[in-house]
Amino acid sequence: MRWMWIDRVVELIPGKKLVAVKNVSLAEEHLHDHFAAEPKQGLPATPVMPACFILEGMAQAGGVLFGHANGFAFNVVLAKINRAEFLREATAGCTLRYTAEMERMDAGGVGASVKGTVALLDHARPSEGFVAIGGVEMMFSNLDNSRGQAGVVGVDYPSGNFVFGESFKTLLRSSGF
Amino acid sequence: MTRDEIFGKIQTVLVDALAVDAEEVTPGASLVRDLGAESIDFLDIVFKLEQAFGFKIAQGELFPENVAQDPKFVKDGKVTAEGIAALKARLPHVDFAKFEANPAVTKVGDLFTVESMVTFVQNKLGR
Repeated sequence: MRWMWIDRVVELIPGKKLVAVKNVSLAEEHLHDHFAAEPKQGLPATPVMPACFILEGMAQAGGVLFGHANGFAFNVVLAKINRAEFLREATAGCTLRYTAEMERMDAGGVGASVKGTVALLDHARPSEGFVAIGGVEMMFSNLDNSRGQAGVVGVDYPSGNFVFGESFKTLLRSSGF
Repeated sequence: MTRDEIFGKIQTVLVDALAVDAEEVTPGASLVRDLGAESIDFLDIVFKLEQAFGFKIAQGELFPENVAQDPKFVKDGKVTAEGIAALKARLPHVDFAKFEANPAVTKVGDLFTVESMVTFVQNKLGR
C-alpha cells in the first residue's frame, strides 16, 4: 500500500489545477519522534509534521494532477524540486491544503512543471481560514521504457502502472472524482 | 535583441534551472560537463526559455532525443556518420567541429554549450 499524504481531493480542474487536503493527526506515530522530549536539555515534546512529508503531500497532489491529465497512462515521478519554502509548522489538529497548478506540460506527456502552494487551517482559529505557509516549484516526469530521455538508460521498469495503483484510485473515487 | 542581451537572459535561466553561479555560465560552458545538467533539467530549461523569450520550442528542437538508443546512429560507442549527419540537420545551432574528431556517444552532452543556446535563440527570434 502506498503511503498516502493527502486525505481527500477537493477540487480538480483537469490539466490545470488540483486542490487536496491533509489532516494532521497525533495518531501518526512519526509526530511523536518529530520531535520527542529531550529531558536532559529540558525540552518538551514538540510534535510537528516533518516538512519532508508536507513536500511529499504537495508532490502527490501535483503528481495526480499530471497523471490525471494523461489518463494515468504513465508512471509519473517527481523529478525535480526547483524551490521549496515552508514558513510555519503544521501541528496536530490542523488541516493542510495543497494547491497544485499546472504551469507547463509537454505535449507528449514527457514532463510537467507544477507550482504548489501549501496553506494551513488552524481549527483553534477558524476565523483566520487557510493561511499560506509555503510554496513548492517542482517538475514531474514519466518513467517509460521506450523513452530513454525520461528514464534511466539501461534500466527496465516493471510493467503496468505501478505509481497510480489502487490507493490513488480509491482516493479519487472517495473524493467524488 | 543582441547576442549579449540573449546571453544575459539565458544566463538567468541557467542560474535558476541549474542552481549555478552566474560566473559559471560562460559561452563555452557545457550544460552537462560544466554546469551539471541532468535529463530533467533539459526539459526545465526548455520551459524556462519559452517563458523568457515568448516562443514555443518543439520536442527535440533544442536538444535531440534518443540518439544513444538508435542503433543506426551509434556503433561501438561512437556516433556514426549517419548519426552525425542527422544531428547536424536537426541541430543547426550546434558546433560539431570538436565532436567530429572523437564522436564518442558519451560526449554528446558536451555539444550543448551556452553558446549553442544563444545561437538557437537568435535563430528562433530571427525567423
